[in-house]
Amino acid sequence: MADTQPILQCSQISKSYGAVQALTNVDFEVRPGEIMALVGDNGAGKSTLIKGIAGIHSFDSGTITFDGNEVHIHNPRDAADLGIEVVYQDLALADNLDVVANMFLGRERIQPPLRLDEASMEVSAIETLHSLSVTTLQSVRQKVVELSGGQRQSVAVAKAVMWNSRVVILDEPTAALGVAQTRQVLELVKTLRDKGLAVVMISHNLHDVFEVADRITVLRLGQTVGIYLAPATTQQEIVHAITAGKLEHVPGMAAEVEA
Amino acid sequence: MNDAPEVSGQVDVAETKSNTFSEHVAGYLTRLRRGDVGMLPILLGLIVIAIIFQSLNENFLSPRNFVNLIVQMAGITVIAIGVVYVLLLGEIDLSIGYVSAVTAVFMTLRLREPDSWPWLLAILAGLALAALIGLTQGFFITRFQLPSFVVTLAGLLVWNGVVLLMIGSSGTVVIQDSVIISIANYFLPPLWGWIVGGAVVLFFTLGLLNEVRIRRARNMPTVPMGIIALQIALLALVTFAAVYIANQDRGVPLVGLIMLVLLVIFTFIANRTRFGRYVYAIGGNKEAARRAGISVERIRMIVFMLSSVMAGAGGIILASRLRSVDTASGGGSLLLNSIAAAVIGGTSLFGGSGRVVSAFLGALVIATIENGMGLLNVSAGVKFVVTGSVLLIAVLVDAITRRARQS
Repeated sequence: MADTQPILQCSQISKSYGAVQALTNVDFEVRPGEIMALVGDNGAGKSTLIKGIAGIHSFDSGTITFDGNEVHIHNPRDAADLGIEVVYQDLALADNLDVVANMFLGRERIQPPLRLDEASMEVSAIETLHSLSVTTLQSVRQKVVELSGGQRQSVAVAKAVMWNSRVVILDEPTAALGVAQTRQVLELVKTLRDKGLAVVMISHNLHDVFEVADRITVLRLGQTVGIYLAPATTQQEIVHAITAGKLEHVPGMAAEVEA
Repeated sequence: MNDAPEVSGQVDVAETKSNTFSEHVAGYLTRLRRGDVGMLPILLGLIVIAIIFQSLNENFLSPRNFVNLIVQMAGITVIAIGVVYVLLLGEIDLSIGYVSAVTAVFMTLRLREPDSWPWLLAILAGLALAALIGLTQGFFITRFQLPSFVVTLAGLLVWNGVVLLMIGSSGTVVIQDSVIISIANYFLPPLWGWIVGGAVVLFFTLGLLNEVRIRRARNMPTVPMGIIALQIALLALVTFAAVYIANQDRGVPLVGLIMLVLLVIFTFIANRTRFGRYVYAIGGNKEAARRAGISVERIRMIVFMLSSVMAGAGGIILASRLRSVDTASGGGSLLLNSIAAAVIGGTSLFGGSGRVVSAFLGALVIATIENGMGLLNVSAGVKFVVTGSVLLIAVLVDAITRRARQS
């Protein structure tokens, strides 16, 4: 698995918001069939990096390679066309719609001339949930408002992988979940990897990270501190990297280089 | 009157279980216990109201009054259909009362001699004007992100003024065109009443069976045939009873048929098309809709246009019923009754929840109260107090059952 080429590779990415340098020469990659955790303290640049990959905003400099070809992602549509799907922390589900309607939102199937093809969408939704071993839903016609936090996360993930996606980015998938539901979601994350998808998981919870991740990228103050193989490192090492990792460039904070 | 069949949601993700008649009934009872009461409270409320009025005045449940009721409620129902869509977005449209009047007055003035327009052209011109008004209001709401409350409040004032300006000093303009008068004053001959009733039942039978056929073709569980037969029998009973009663008097009102067709069309749009799905999605979670690639502002704009057009259509019906328009057109309690109809019928003011049929149910409640009070010769003050109380009870029932659903 470690021999496969990265499907998504970002090199020397920089991005600034006005005077604030959010990312400086960041390198990041993920391979098919692996879970790459992306960790870092608040303000380390995790979200900025993810939003750039998802096409929410563009990077100032650096290159993104997808499947070996350099690509330019200008908007969310470009990212979706490549097969990059992001599951945001707030999940972006419409509570008042049922599971099927949410999974197909914006990409509904139509029976010409204009009738929604509910039967076909229902079948596909069930198939996708099956393939992810999501079995806790009573019915795909339940409204999302009736679902538990873990079930919502599952629906949001299923929605993301439904579209032949190849890279799935999960933003804090276990935040705000109880123990049992966290387990359920982590199992789902592993299932995605086992299906050969490239999974990027942003998390603050190192316990969760070590449970599922194959590799861990640590960002600190907008720079890549290091990329670690999960089995070959420890929580202490990662915590140290997050809080005091060695930086190449320290804008205006030269003293911290030796910290 | 007839909501399109719900998408049956009986598919289990883990395994598709067979659906028998008794299981289906049990499922319905479970939903009731969970607080998912649907139209039940309002139907019970209507029965209670009918019993009260009948005991106070024996003419209430007469064929004559039944036909009157249909004619009285049609205008508000049609306006309230537009209100449902606006409320589904979580928005409000306060301009509908006077937009309905602007449309009706504009149409009526086009019919005036000597150079009167053909009736169809006059109606279409009126509705086109309504669409333009909705487009303008929608433009300000979406382009500048102004609250719909304020933009349509401004509209309320502006269109009230326009009505006065258009009518001028004449005070009242009488409608001469016989076709336009017959919109609200023509009654189907008895035989045609039966034919139309039969067509309605046939239409829904075919619709339900088509649903079953599609799901069977994909090996998906379907609503049991027993339930479908029950639904059709119930529908046939209600439809033919209505036709029979109406035929005892003047016959089925044409405007009742127009109302029914509009209800069916807009129920289909809300439940079975992308546009309808997007309206619900925006009302439920605007950000989710945006991220899903839905052009939120375009949908909102279309809904405000729709709201104005439905208001215009309702205005034409109201004008036809009165055979005239005057400086008071679109005023009074029309706006509040139209919004109250949608809300009493079960559409939430907070967006994302409600059905087109609630326009009909709420308008039926309001028209029933007005009609019954009219028979009792009570003052307008009592009418308002009772209607207001019913509105409060309706939202109270909704809030309580909602809480039961969520806990």
